[in-house]
Amino acid sequence: MNLDIQREELLISQLADLLKNDKHVAVGAASPIPGAAALLAKEEAKFLNKRLRVTILHSNKYNNFTDGARELFDCAAQGRIDTFFLGGVQIDGQANINLVGTGEYPKIKKRFPGSFGSALMYFVVPQIILFREEHSPRTLVKKVDFISAPGVSERGVYRPGGPKYLLTNRALFKFNKNLQKFSLFKINEKETVKNLIKLTGFDFDVDNKISQMSNPNTNRINILRNKIAPMVSEFYPEFANKIWGV
Amino acid sequence: MKSFDELSLKEIVDEVQDGFILGIPADYSGVPMKFTKELIKKGVKNLKLYCLPLTTIQGDMLIGSGCVSEIEAAAVTLGEFGMAPRFSEAVENGKILIKDSTCPALHAQLQATEKSVPFMPLRGVIGSDIQKHRKDWHVIENPMRSSGVREEPVLLLPAVQLDILVFHAPCSDRNGNIQIGRRRELATLAHASKKVFVTVEKILDIDFFEDELSAATCLPALYVNGISIVKNGAWPCALPGVYSSDNEEIKKYSLAAKTKEGFGEYMRYYL
Repeated sequence: MNLDIQREELLISQLADLLKNDKHVAVGAASPIPGAAALLAKEEAKFLNKRLRVTILHSNKYNNFTDGARELFDCAAQGRIDTFFLGGVQIDGQANINLVGTGEYPKIKKRFPGSFGSALMYFVVPQIILFREEHSPRTLVKKVDFISAPGVSERGVYRPGGPKYLLTNRALFKFNKNLQKFSLFKINEKETVKNLIKLTGFDFDVDNKISQMSNPNTNRINILRNKIAPMVSEFYPEFANKIWGV
Repeated sequence: MKSFDELSLKEIVDEVQDGFILGIPADYSGVPMKFTKELIKKGVKNLKLYCLPLTTIQGDMLIGSGCVSEIEAAAVTLGEFGMAPRFSEAVENGKILIKDSTCPALHAQLQATEKSVPFMPLRGVIGSDIQKHRKDWHVIENPMRSSGVREEPVLLLPAVQLDILVFHAPCSDRNGNIQIGRRRELATLAHASKKVFVTVEKILDIDFFEDELSAATCLPALYVNGISIVKNGAWPCALPGVYSSDNEEIKKYSLAAKTKEGFGEYMRYYL
């Protein structure tokens, strides 16, 4: 078996590590890597005799909902979802996310799809993992052009949830809510802190326990390629075909 | 007398008038593509699309064909095939008005209409630029003494009523009840729409209400103004539980629609 780990597999593995204490993980639109990570974490939880529920919005099979598309938001607001993933055209140093476009709203220069459910999910799901593969000054910016959902809220606003991590293809950051700042926690083995400072548009701290991202072990890769890959092809056929040829 | 009206697709299309608020189902709940094609052919104008909560190729085609003046949505995207190019360009050039929203708000505004109340509260959203730009939304302090947190700011959203909803479903029964399965957002859309038309793959000679399982997964005929049998009516989108999306075709569209000319060429072939 070819153990050359693909970039996407490393990211899936990094995300799966963050889901170990969860009981219910939900995955929204345009999220093949988080979807694969959630199913992988579910499979691994079985070995520990733990039950992890996974709801993949764009799947009919891996989906726990029967009350229509609003159930995701109602369920999250009730506190029944532990982790959800959000992305962003831009993400800034206070963890504000922009899914709408660049330029000054409403006369924007480049229009992206839109905010999806971020403006509620970010507030109510305890562990939000921000995920954006591209790590560059144009994606990780000082200040977003449009706030689809704010990273932190004023006192008095109902906010049991919020950002916990930010994963890119180069690094994993933790978000410190009190300091309203990211801290670099893990880096890709090919990266240096110096280079990441150059590629990140916002200031961040460096965690004193910073380490390298570890590659998935043979066991995990086996599960991912043999068991999870065909599952992913049900709801993200293009992605599964590109990465695993299934 | 038959218990429902069986119509031709043309009769349904003729119900849509210029300027109407048209309900748009998401890609997972039965996109009426054959209907959309006929609507474009008819040359309807100034539609206001209300997406629950997003649209894919249906919205992008209607926008590219000049049928739309306004869209309220949480996202317009071609999913795995990238951005919705006609939508993006129309917004960048100011050709359509986009009322940016977020999924739960789009649901809540229709739920207000379902209950016939003037507004619906929602948590979250406060402090976002979505809220900042929506002059039709209001924030109040929680006035309740016995629930929630006193003086907590809460967002209020107006009730929205649709002029017309059209979606595609696997089947109806002999009484005009529509099978919607777990796609309950179609019921929300229907409850909040003045008129509802459904294209179906087939009409079954059974009664959904004779069985608890099928009764619980149907939209009762009382909400439906007319049904038309349209085979393969969601193509190239999926009809969940019946057929999957034609990814080759959607990819073809996504590449063609990147330019205005490419879109024009694609539409000449498609129509």
